[in-house]
Amino acid sequence: MKKAEEIFQLLKDKFQESIVEFKTDQPTEPIIIISVSAIDKVCALLKSNPDLQFDSLINLSGVDDYNGQKVVNDSGNSKMQSGTISVYYHLESTKLKHKITLKVSTNRDNPEVPSVVEIWQGANWHEREAYDMFGIKFINHPDLRRILMPYDWEAGYPLRKDYENPEFYKGMKVPY
Amino acid sequence: MMYDFFYKITGSEIISGVILSLLPLFLFILPFALFAVYLERKVSAHMQDRLGPMRTGWHGWIQTIADILKLIQKEDIVAKDNDKLLFNLAPIIVFTGSYAAFAVIPFSSYFLGSNIDLGIFYIVAITGLSVAGILMAGWSSNNKYSLLGSMRSVAQIISYEIPTILVVLSIVMITSTMNLHTLSEMQTGYFWNWFIFGGPGTSLTKFLLIPFMMIGFLIIYISTLAEVNRTPFDIPEAESELVSGYHTEYSGMKFAMFFLSEYANMFAVSAIVVALFLGGYQSPIGYLGKLFGLPWLIPIEQFSWFTLKGVFFVFVQMWLRWTLPRLRVDQLMTTSWKYLIPIAFVNLIIIGLIALL
Amino acid sequence: MAVRTEEMVLNMGPQHPSTHGVLRLELTLEGEIVTNVIPHIGYLHRCFEKHCEAMTYPQIVPYTDRMDYLASIGNEFGYAVTMEKLLGIQVPERVDYIRVIMAELQRIASHLVALGTYGADIGAFTPLLYCFRDREKILHLFEITCGARLLYNYIWVGGLSHDIHPDFVRKTKEFIKEFRPTLKEVNELLSYNRIFIDRTANVGILPIETAINYGVSGPNLRGSGMKWDIRKEDPYSVYNKFNYDIPVGDGRNGTVGDSWDRYYVRVLEMEESCKIIEQALDQLPEGDVTSAIPKRIKPPVGHVYGRVENPRGELGYFIISDGSTSPYRVKVRAPSFVSMQVLNELCKGYMVADVVAILGSIDIVLGEIDR
Repeated sequence: MKKAEEIFQLLKDKFQESIVEFKTDQPTEPIIIISVSAIDKVCALLKSNPDLQFDSLINLSGVDDYNGQKVVNDSGNSKMQSGTISVYYHLESTKLKHKITLKVSTNRDNPEVPSVVEIWQGANWHEREAYDMFGIKFINHPDLRRILMPYDWEAGYPLRKDYENPEFYKGMKVPY
Repeated sequence: MMYDFFYKITGSEIISGVILSLLPLFLFILPFALFAVYLERKVSAHMQDRLGPMRTGWHGWIQTIADILKLIQKEDIVAKDNDKLLFNLAPIIVFTGSYAAFAVIPFSSYFLGSNIDLGIFYIVAITGLSVAGILMAGWSSNNKYSLLGSMRSVAQIISYEIPTILVVLSIVMITSTMNLHTLSEMQTGYFWNWFIFGGPGTSLTKFLLIPFMMIGFLIIYISTLAEVNRTPFDIPEAESELVSGYHTEYSGMKFAMFFLSEYANMFAVSAIVVALFLGGYQSPIGYLGKLFGLPWLIPIEQFSWFTLKGVFFVFVQMWLRWTLPRLRVDQLMTTSWKYLIPIAFVNLIIIGLIALL
Repeated sequence: MAVRTEEMVLNMGPQHPSTHGVLRLELTLEGEIVTNVIPHIGYLHRCFEKHCEAMTYPQIVPYTDRMDYLASIGNEFGYAVTMEKLLGIQVPERVDYIRVIMAELQRIASHLVALGTYGADIGAFTPLLYCFRDREKILHLFEITCGARLLYNYIWVGGLSHDIHPDFVRKTKEFIKEFRPTLKEVNELLSYNRIFIDRTANVGILPIETAINYGVSGPNLRGSGMKWDIRKEDPYSVYNKFNYDIPVGDGRNGTVGDSWDRYYVRVLEMEESCKIIEQALDQLPEGDVTSAIPKRIKPPVGHVYGRVENPRGELGYFIISDGSTSPYRVKVRAPSFVSMQVLNELCKGYMVADVVAILGSIDIVLGEIDR
């Protein structure tokens, strides 16, 4: 069993500046912030390193940080430009019984994150859900389709903070 | 017999023939189907800690009549891409198959539609007709579930006909007759004269036959269960997989015909088992009519005994249905080809050898 | 001449008797052999996560009920535990005990549905009714506690909505006494039935490594032989005060991790739940159950991941707070959502009938998958 600090130190030694920050100011668990390009390599190490053995991805969630610039368009609706979107990874080792939370942030206008499906098969649907809800494109994902929304939903990504419900979907009235 | 009776009254061959062929339908199949549906509901309900239908009539006894009324009123849906001709023909063929079998079933020594010498052979042949109907239903429905269901059904009925026929053959071998009336008459007297107890007589052969007859009885009962698609062999209409198999697309009266033929079949196969092994219409304990010297009572008693025995086996079918899970299609084939058929063959040879003694 | 064959695509659902809700499976068949399964979900999507962002923290509780509608107490429990972790609330002991009793009763009720419907999937309809009869008794216990039978809104952040009914302890003890023979009856009728074993043993084998890699949890993971239970591994509430076992699959009738093992783990778990309930009822402390409920919930800025062992596996809530009275983001790690992913892996090479058996053995609730 390893503490989060030790895991951070181990990763920092290995990946240098790809490991951005270790945040402990959270009310509960600490969090390791990783630069987006390195997440798949970091995860591969986390799984294969005999001292870490993170064999299970508990959860993967996208979060809209909504920290860019607000732009009001012609119809009076405000849209967000630039800013970031984040992905949180909750990992656990069933053998060594420790947990860790990772976070990557990516550009909100064209969010792209390397997929971890190769490492944990269970990430498949979680990543599809994040794509469905936030439009995060997971590079190298085997089957990146919408999952909860209809496959032909064209009105954007619902869990983004500036999402607007469309008036009609295929001729059907949406707000009922 | 019945035909002569009607011929005497009407004086016309055609009219008496028509009456005779309609009699089992109105006198027996329809009332029996109504009763069997009600019985099935009540049996399942009481096995499952429920009451079943209680609202329509006393303990819900007119529930099935209400159901029939509902089915008659229902819209007869024919989907656009169905093969109309086969789709409409299939329920009729299936029903004909099970209905025609009643022609030779010996309800009593007097009430017997047609006393032909090839009775058993005829039943085996005519029930095979429903296979064609089922296949037609599955194909013409243009539904994958129906198609899968009918394919399974055909494979199942054909494979289970073999053990049935082998057991029938062993009976035919020792009695050297295929006439169901003659067969039933042979088992007259008391229940130890039934073929399940080795048949009439007190010779050594009879006692040697008993265990093998019992095995034969079990095999024929299991395979008839499969032939009428009852649990644990109800995979053609496996509700949890195939929705309801070959009759998924049917509604209204066409569905009712499938339903009716299913219940008619249930009785028909029970009747075959009863006629072959359990004395047919013969009473196990002698007749009241003989005791009191009332000869007209005997046919009524015989009819009651036959119906009672048949209904008992129908009840056993229901009992099994609400107790056992369902086999998988490959396990079903294994049961037939790897177990029942070899056992039936060995049984046949042994019975043949004993009969030679 | 070679016979021309082609694969058949069979669309199972969204309206189908044994997809346990509105699930659509696209099966590719080679005769009766399944070569590929593509699940299509989302028919029951009710935007739980989007709704949460517009509601205050206490308002979310009734919505959590509607995710896994067979284990509502478990959902509320998970949410309450997570929020208390974020807020740093220590709830009175009585609250914890009652929560555990309720959660275990709910586990029994949920497993009864799982067992019964699984029997019905295999073709044995009667055990379903026996299971529902006993579930009815549990629902009655819930009804006398909080007035609701399915969606309770009982466990609140920091406490409970009501204290238990004065009769509750007696009635629950009576129920446990009546329930044990039923379990035996169901076992004799279904679990040890030869046909049932033939249908489920050696079908849909889930090796332990695959299970962990997919993140499968709960009875499905334990059926593969892994002794893993959040109640033991990451104890929450007062679970570490009780004495109980974690049953695992042992491949008694086939291979470890087959459908029968997953099914039988649930049967054994009900017995363990009974043990927990009995101990909790005996130790039940006195006290107030509403004293720790905060008047206004305004958690600090930050994020929290809390998890509980729901009947279907690990239920996790990932909540991000921006310091206001409503959450910034709620993500639910639904156990069925994760377990569903292995379906394709499990079904390949089996028959259509086995797909139903495998799907039933995973025990999914679509309300939770689609949220």
